[in-house]
Amino acid sequence: MGDTHAETVTFVRDTMLPQQEPPLTTVGPIGWMRANLFSGVLNTILTLVSLAFIYYVLSGILPWVFQSVWNANSLTECREIMTATWGDTHGHACWGVIKDRWLQLLYGFYPPYPAYPDANFSAPPDGHWWPAYFRPNLTLILLILALLPVLFSGAPRKLLYLSAAYPFILPWLLWGGAIWVPLLVAAGFGIGYLAFVLISPRLGALSALIAAVVLPLLWWLFAVGPVSGALSSVLDIGIAPVQSRDFGGYMLAIVLGVVAIGCSLPLGVLMALGRQSDLMIVKYLCIGFIEFIRGVPLITLLFVASLLLNYFLPPGTNFDLILRVMIMMTLFAAAYMAEVVRGGLAALPKGQYEGADSLGLNYWQAQRLIIMPQALKISIPGIVSTFIGIFKDTTLVSIIGLFDVIGLASAIRADTAWNGIYWELFAFIGALFFVVCFTMSRYSMYLERKLQTGHR
Amino acid sequence: MTTLSDPPKQQFRLSMLLYDTRYRSATIQVLAMFGFMLLAAWLISNAAQNLAALGKPISFSFFTESASYDINQRLLEYDSRDTHLRAALIGLLNTLVVAVLGCITATIIGVFVGILRLSSNWLVARIMTVYVEIFRNVPVLLWIVFAMAILIESLPSPRDFRGEDPAATMDMFGTVAITNRGVYIPEPLFTNSLGNLHIFGDSSLRFDISLDLVAVLAVLAASIFAMRKVAARAARIQEETGVRPKTWYIQLGILFVPLLTLLVALGFYLGYPELKGFNFTGGTHLRNSLIALWLALSLYTAAFIAEIVRGGILAISHGQTEAAAALGLRSGRIMRLVVLPQAMRVIIPPMISNYLNLTKNSSLAIAVGYMDITGTLGGITMNQTGRELECVLLLMLVYLAISLCISSVMNWYNKRMKLVER
Repeated sequence: MGDTHAETVTFVRDTMLPQQEPPLTTVGPIGWMRANLFSGVLNTILTLVSLAFIYYVLSGILPWVFQSVWNANSLTECREIMTATWGDTHGHACWGVIKDRWLQLLYGFYPPYPAYPDANFSAPPDGHWWPAYFRPNLTLILLILALLPVLFSGAPRKLLYLSAAYPFILPWLLWGGAIWVPLLVAAGFGIGYLAFVLISPRLGALSALIAAVVLPLLWWLFAVGPVSGALSSVLDIGIAPVQSRDFGGYMLAIVLGVVAIGCSLPLGVLMALGRQSDLMIVKYLCIGFIEFIRGVPLITLLFVASLLLNYFLPPGTNFDLILRVMIMMTLFAAAYMAEVVRGGLAALPKGQYEGADSLGLNYWQAQRLIIMPQALKISIPGIVSTFIGIFKDTTLVSIIGLFDVIGLASAIRADTAWNGIYWELFAFIGALFFVVCFTMSRYSMYLERKLQTGHR
Repeated sequence: MTTLSDPPKQQFRLSMLLYDTRYRSATIQVLAMFGFMLLAAWLISNAAQNLAALGKPISFSFFTESASYDINQRLLEYDSRDTHLRAALIGLLNTLVVAVLGCITATIIGVFVGILRLSSNWLVARIMTVYVEIFRNVPVLLWIVFAMAILIESLPSPRDFRGEDPAATMDMFGTVAITNRGVYIPEPLFTNSLGNLHIFGDSSLRFDISLDLVAVLAVLAASIFAMRKVAARAARIQEETGVRPKTWYIQLGILFVPLLTLLVALGFYLGYPELKGFNFTGGTHLRNSLIALWLALSLYTAAFIAEIVRGGILAISHGQTEAAAALGLRSGRIMRLVVLPQAMRVIIPPMISNYLNLTKNSSLAIAVGYMDITGTLGGITMNQTGRELECVLLLMLVYLAISLCISSVMNWYNKRMKLVER
């Protein structure tokens, strides 16, 4: 053993060298820059041009945003302050308009204290105990709480009760009125359930189903009005009503968006199933409806809501414009949703349908347990982008005369104090929409990653 | 000993319509049809009652009445004495103009941005991402009014072009005037014009076709046909001998010589906009409303198209790129010859729906006062005549027809591009 070592020639190294540091130019920030920014002549030129572009844009925007006037009550005052501070009126934002009108932009003309319609917008009435805009803010907080268990599996499951109750809470909190109406409307579902449970053992599932549909309808159409009137006369519990014409601002966009999004998903799934079904007449009715809605612009449907819907209803009916707009936007969103879901259904391998059949599941069981979970998962990106689209499209209601944010921006500009102010309002409105839409698109990416089961 | 006999024939009972799967689908469909017809009948009878109560039976006679409003941006001649029908036609053409212009620019910007988002240059890719996210997440209506405000507020007024030392000068070597009243560009004029071809005489649908334009297009078509013949011949020679003859100078000659000859013969020249008094005259005037709408719609739709293009390119497996690189193609040719033709198949169907969206979004023209079909038929005509039912239904029909046309053309193209599988 020792001999072999003695014979070893001295210049053969018998120990490993310690690992050397990689060259400075290939690691760290320098390496990253060489790889991603200056990897060739063309890339270097592109990088320099981009840097110049970024500098140009930021040098215009940053001073405008930050060297700005917050405390002013009119554009003239703003300009005076600008001239006094910087010597010119260009390149400085006048955020005074946002400070002055942000409540209006967010809530429209919704009374801050609905119980006191005469209270002015700045001072709370005597004897009040709740903060201004308590009802819309509570509605929004409850909305977030109700969405939590739906969006994140980690959220407490008990919140699902809130999610179930939310469709009744939202209109009651926002529009106000007696508490009996939402309770009685919710009771309609209970009546349907009871009818099904009680009748099905005696007269069979089908009659039970028919009863479960017809009885609640009769209840809603003929009983809710008188019963709630009677209950109110006995026990008058309720909150101050708010007129629909007072709705506006960003709140209107959120209300319209939430209703259209919430109702369009189930409706869209049903229409997608109808379009894929073997029942020819159902199929063609669905195709006709979907293609018609998708072929016309939303603005014409809003014209229908504001001008034509009254023609098609029995003479003398006249219901709320916002409700009509909600119906039209829901139908519009549902047609797009149906197409997205249909894409998901079509992308499922046929084996899934056959597998469900071979297990002996009936149509609805197969849809609920096998088909829909997979089809909806495939169509998540499309569904969310439809949501984003419909939320952005709520701004179109300003064209039919509702005061959403864009309509209010024009109204603010019509005021002599703020005549001629554009960019600050646009930036504020754009930021409001950007935050919500961008969050939605990021959430869809998160969901896609979470539901990714490994192989495509 | 057993005797085989038929099982007792089942009597048809009414409940079998529901419980027997042989009949159930028919029952459901009959019920659905019945329900639909009931609903339709209810709506129509309501409409009839309401219209009778208002004393406004459905009639399209208002189309022959004088419109008595003006449309400032138009392709055909029109004045306020013309009928509502002609106003609607002008509006329809305006819709088509902005839709076509918008689709072209949106495609160009979108493809450009989509490819740049995949750039290996980190900074460029980030800038394009920011562009896409900003435009996709803000309503298009806001972009349209924003573009309009920029044009009106930040561009010089024609007055600024006057005087010894004007505050603003014309761009593009003094040929284009960009003002807050719109953009004035040079217009093609002919000294020996062939005149116009009048179709439909004096009716509301009268239509003038410039014979000069027809002649130029005819010559161009003939030249392109000849060029393809030359290219085909070159390809044939290449097949036979292996050497492709040089044809580019012949091609250029075929393209330009007849065209230039024709233009000289017609006495072609450009009419430049000129400052007269307080405004520009001459040239073609593109109004702010058109430019704002065009700009906003193209930039907004381009953000969506960019995402589609990016997705389409990413959908092509990396092996294709590597194989092309192994064949010795450069990166530009890999993109052009290998990746894009395959990506097109993924890209085209969603692209169709974006073109449709752009066309439908062009109805927001009403927000900036561009007189498209929504502004004429669904706007002033409707308000003046009070014929909401007729106008809105017709408006929907027009958009449906446009949508169907676009989607059928694009579906035809899609079918042609589709991979032919065994």
